[in-house]
Amino acid sequence: MSFVLVQVIVGGLLLGAVYALFSSGLTLVWGMMNVVNFAHGDFVMLGMYVAYVVYTLFGGGPLLGVPLATLLLATFGIVVYFALIRDIMKGPMLAQILGTFGLALLLRYSVFWWFGANFLSLPANLVGGTLDIFGIRIEAARLLAGVVALLVTFGLHLLLTRTALGSKMLAVAEDQTAAQLMGIRPDSMQAVAWAIAAGATGLAGALIATFFYIVPTVGETLGIVAFVTVSLGGFGSVPGALVAGLLIGVIESLSGYLIGAIYKDIVVYTLFLGFLWFRPQGLMGKS
Amino acid sequence: MSLKHLVGLLSAAAISVALAGHASAEDKIVKIGAVFPLSGNAASAGVHAKAALEVAMDIINNAHPELGNFPLAKNAGLAGLGGAKVELVFADNQGSPATGQNQTLRLITEEKVVALTGAYQSGITLTASAIAEKYGIPFLNAESVASNLTERGFKWFFRTTPIATDFAKVYYEFLTDAKAAGAKTDTIALVHDNTEYGTSVANTITTIFKEKGLPVTLDVAYASNATDVQSQVLQLKEKKPDVVVMISYTSDAILFAKTMQAQDYKPAMLLADDAGYSDPSFIKAVGKISQGAFNRSSWSVGPPGSATAIIAEMYKKKSGDEMDDTAARQMQGFFVLMEAIDRAGSTDPAKIQAALKATDLKPDQLMIGYRGVKFDDKGQNMLASGIIIQLQDGENYVSVFPRDGAAKAPVMPYKGW
Repeated sequence: MSFVLVQVIVGGLLLGAVYALFSSGLTLVWGMMNVVNFAHGDFVMLGMYVAYVVYTLFGGGPLLGVPLATLLLATFGIVVYFALIRDIMKGPMLAQILGTFGLALLLRYSVFWWFGANFLSLPANLVGGTLDIFGIRIEAARLLAGVVALLVTFGLHLLLTRTALGSKMLAVAEDQTAAQLMGIRPDSMQAVAWAIAAGATGLAGALIATFFYIVPTVGETLGIVAFVTVSLGGFGSVPGALVAGLLIGVIESLSGYLIGAIYKDIVVYTLFLGFLWFRPQGLMGKS
Repeated sequence: MSLKHLVGLLSAAAISVALAGHASAEDKIVKIGAVFPLSGNAASAGVHAKAALEVAMDIINNAHPELGNFPLAKNAGLAGLGGAKVELVFADNQGSPATGQNQTLRLITEEKVVALTGAYQSGITLTASAIAEKYGIPFLNAESVASNLTERGFKWFFRTTPIATDFAKVYYEFLTDAKAAGAKTDTIALVHDNTEYGTSVANTITTIFKEKGLPVTLDVAYASNATDVQSQVLQLKEKKPDVVVMISYTSDAILFAKTMQAQDYKPAMLLADDAGYSDPSFIKAVGKISQGAFNRSSWSVGPPGSATAIIAEMYKKKSGDEMDDTAARQMQGFFVLMEAIDRAGSTDPAKIQAALKATDLKPDQLMIGYRGVKFDDKGQNMLASGIIIQLQDGENYVSVFPRDGAAKAPVMPYKGW
């Protein structure tokens, strides 16, 4: 295999890990509550701005920015749950779509108003520049994001399958009334699920901010990929999102290099639709 | 109806006409529509355009004797219309050709604007100006460079900016000069997005370079607003072209700069076609890792105390950023439109159109480095021109070509970071 091709695949895997990281919060909310959060990309955008503010105010890198963004977004998630989601969940699907879409615009234009439309960026060496391993170049910031993506996926998977809290959340997702009869309060479980999901998006945003530009509309740019990742992985499946993210990243990278960047989206979406035709529930989704 | 009634009615009508006439002479407003990307991914460009036009409006509506003989500055309002004030009505094209078209329609039919300017992206100028053409409202474009915009046989479309054909020639002269100075320019790569702007500029450069015997050897097209550009950069890194021409909006331009650094790729010469590379937020975000990038421009700030320096200062106060080429071209275009309306002495669209056709501005009446403003039959400014600038220190562009009148000598090869 040619040398450049290795670089292309490595780059694709790192990009895929970012897609996976970006999507974990979205798939979690779907799996736990059957809510499609159209404001997801804008939650990530908020995480990116938290990282930016942390850097400009305190000169802090991801060591400070990531925990803070996770915490702030988790809190914000709870607020959003009680102020908006709890009510629109009772309505038809259309109410969820419009409600979360409205929230997306509110967040986007609030940030627009406060920070302006300028593109912002964190310094490239904030996470230690670029590693050169036998001529294969790996940005430290992307590597960190990739490692964290793996950890987050693993952690969320353990949380859902191995802990009492996870079982309770899954019980609520399965059958609210039955869960209530077992003494589980659906409201608090869903608030917790929403907090974990929003926290994960904050974490993703703060990490992505270390190598991507920051702008109020960035959630829109990255958001479409998140929806594709989640549906390919299977709505609600956290490990599925990881596998799907990596797959999309590598396919995109390879087709961009071998066929041409202008065609890569055509390749990705053709394969995506073809796959859904055979397996509509996605890679690891429940049928 | 009796005679008495008729006389009564007629005199009432006469009084109301007289009153209306009086009122309009007293506080006449000239409404101009401005269509720009105020939200969406190009909002940074749109917000800067808005600031530029608001500064121009201030210069026109208030007395600015400090600007000397700069047209429309000395007295308050438009002298040709009895001191009428200009009112700008901004509309958001959201970065979408369809929205740009709808907003233009709204400005014409509901806001009743007498002329229009905009719309930044060539693809949106294309649709917005088609509506103005249909309604017979003058549309002045000051910044879109796709050549075909003035090839549609439109009667109401006027463009002040130099276009892709002009710049392709400047690029060719610059590369020839660089070659004479010892730089290699044998292989040329074009990197461009798939928008109206990206494809049309790439086509024009390819055609003109080919005519002059300087063929483009690699064409890297990509979908705008990319999430990742690694494969494009690796393609360049492998093919090693001597010159890389970048035709990209801001978001992609930033991503390219970051990825080039990550992949440790430096072309021997990087020549950018304005757009993203002129956006002040590009320079703030990645200027320090894009040192030595060449770019095109028609703007230079001028000596302290000059009209251009004062205007640049006013713009910085308003927007918080240094004046860049795009904002300057937009402001200049707006002044050209207002100078025509002032000369027409009327807000009748046909009279404005006639005045625009008769426009003949000299270099000393401009705030930008054109050789003048005079429109050909297609509505294109025949005297538009530009220079090559370089981001030598990663913070400010300096003029480097043509060599007479340039602030600095061009520095090669591309330094990057």
